[in-house]
Amino acid sequence: MTSAAPGAPPAASADPPRPGPPGLPAGRPQAGLRRLASRVATLCWVELRKIRHDRTELYTRAIQPALWLLIFGETFTRIHAIAAPNGIPYLDFLAPGILAQSTLFIAIFYGIQIIWERDAGVLAKLMVTPTPRAALITGKAFAAGVRSIVQAAVIVVLSAVLGVTLTLNPLKLLGVALIVVLGSAFFSCLSMSIAGVALSRDRLMGIGQAITMPLFFSSNALYPERLMPGWLQAISKVNPLSYEVSALRWLLIGVPTNLALDTGVLAGATVAGITVSSLLLPRLAR
Amino acid sequence: MTARAGRPARSPAPPGPAAPAIRCAGLRYSFGTHLAVDRVDLLIAAGETFGLLGPNGAGKTTTIRMLTTLLKPDQGTVAVFGVDAAAQPMLVRRLIGYVPQLLSADASLTGRENVELFARLFDVPRRVRGQRVDEALSAMGLTEAGQRLVKTYSGGMIRRLELAQALVNAPRLLVLDEPTVGLDPIARAGVWEFIAGLRQSSHTTVLMTTHYMEEADLYCDRVALMHHGTIRATGTSAELKAGLGEGATLDDVFRHYTGGTLDDDSEQGGIRDVRRARRTARRLG
Repeated sequence: MTSAAPGAPPAASADPPRPGPPGLPAGRPQAGLRRLASRVATLCWVELRKIRHDRTELYTRAIQPALWLLIFGETFTRIHAIAAPNGIPYLDFLAPGILAQSTLFIAIFYGIQIIWERDAGVLAKLMVTPTPRAALITGKAFAAGVRSIVQAAVIVVLSAVLGVTLTLNPLKLLGVALIVVLGSAFFSCLSMSIAGVALSRDRLMGIGQAITMPLFFSSNALYPERLMPGWLQAISKVNPLSYEVSALRWLLIGVPTNLALDTGVLAGATVAGITVSSLLLPRLAR
Repeated sequence: MTARAGRPARSPAPPGPAAPAIRCAGLRYSFGTHLAVDRVDLLIAAGETFGLLGPNGAGKTTTIRMLTTLLKPDQGTVAVFGVDAAAQPMLVRRLIGYVPQLLSADASLTGRENVELFARLFDVPRRVRGQRVDEALSAMGLTEAGQRLVKTYSGGMIRRLELAQALVNAPRLLVLDEPTVGLDPIARAGVWEFIAGLRQSSHTTVLMTTHYMEEADLYCDRVALMHHGTIRATGTSAELKAGLGEGATLDDVFRHYTGGTLDDDSEQGGIRDVRRARRTARRLG
């Protein structure tokens, strides 16, 4: 008993804390990973409960992609203005792009929640639990992914109803879910980073509005990269949304891409996003 | 033992010379050029109910935020039950249940889900989680209401729910920042009844801030008076009053040490507090 700190809690009493360098939690790396997994699961659980209690957002957020597919998609399919690769119908080409767009819209405003939580004192309460900053951000990023998956399911069904020929391969659909989670995790981290700088809901809304359309139009969501002018191709190359769209396009309708590159870019961007927003989180807690 | 029954692995507080619940020395924190907290020393014994009193902007909340690992002090040290907060913040957090000043439950979840969230964040093992959540809710008289969305709760109920959230981990130290601010007198009495009951049943150490002198007088074992970032006096309410002579109230004591009353202070926080309170009301309304 002498080795345990007097205040040792139940979880630590079997495994006496050893002094670590200041600022780092005591314990083994596996314990840290297990805690990270547990926090991510917890925050995803919260998100699912919230969706269950209030589904209105799910429906209202389905309107915009429906319009894109129905009006823009149907019209541009008819006038053959944009030549999709391999002669596939334009609507089929567009569907994965709209899927990526609608999850982008969910994620890019996710930072509003963290500002709301700060204003309400919820964030302070979360930060007084044994949850490292990075675990909190990772949990929130994946919670945004959970919300996006539910939204993505709505859009996949909608596309199928409109006659888009989609894959039925369960492994590929699982891949779609993974890509959607990664994309949403990255863009929600971007949003939370902006939240950490802007520190107010109104400013975040403004910045969010200002960057969503440029992100969307400078990606390959609406048109193949080869049809873009050179300068736009260059921007598209550094836009993570393009990699998300390419991966989704291969998984859903079979347009060839370098899936390892797409996934790698999204995963790398997500890790970078988590790092930056975790570093900015103390600004919100102050 | 309501809130603590069924805790499996928790050993009782070690006997003998137990570490104090809080020992902090030379705490100092500034926001830019504004020195919010200056040379604050506190020693709070295990099992004590301690009140930190002072007007808005006195530095109470900043002090609390340093004690709960939310802010790193510019200078000074904090130890909670002997655990150094700078060296082992995760360990310190496991010992603390914290209820912030604003009503901070998640209105889009049910009461029970709000408590379960904190049970998960404190790593309460799955096999006892449900039971512990139920106990915490029942200790705060929210068993029935637990199934409802928090949107439908009154202010007093939300405060009790926040206490249930803080209690689900059976903390050794409960930190309450203005636990009754903004509540009507009946809800205030209700919250105090629950805090007092909790103290009797589990001997939890309680640190709270308040600017209601009569509440501090009634419920705190000892109080510290804080003004302009420094602690002006510490002692039992009786000691402090006796120091001033026959018939003095805690309000008189406060006026004596700070040269003002609690109500005339508007130097800080004023408009921000009002805005925040309104926002909270809107969000929950």
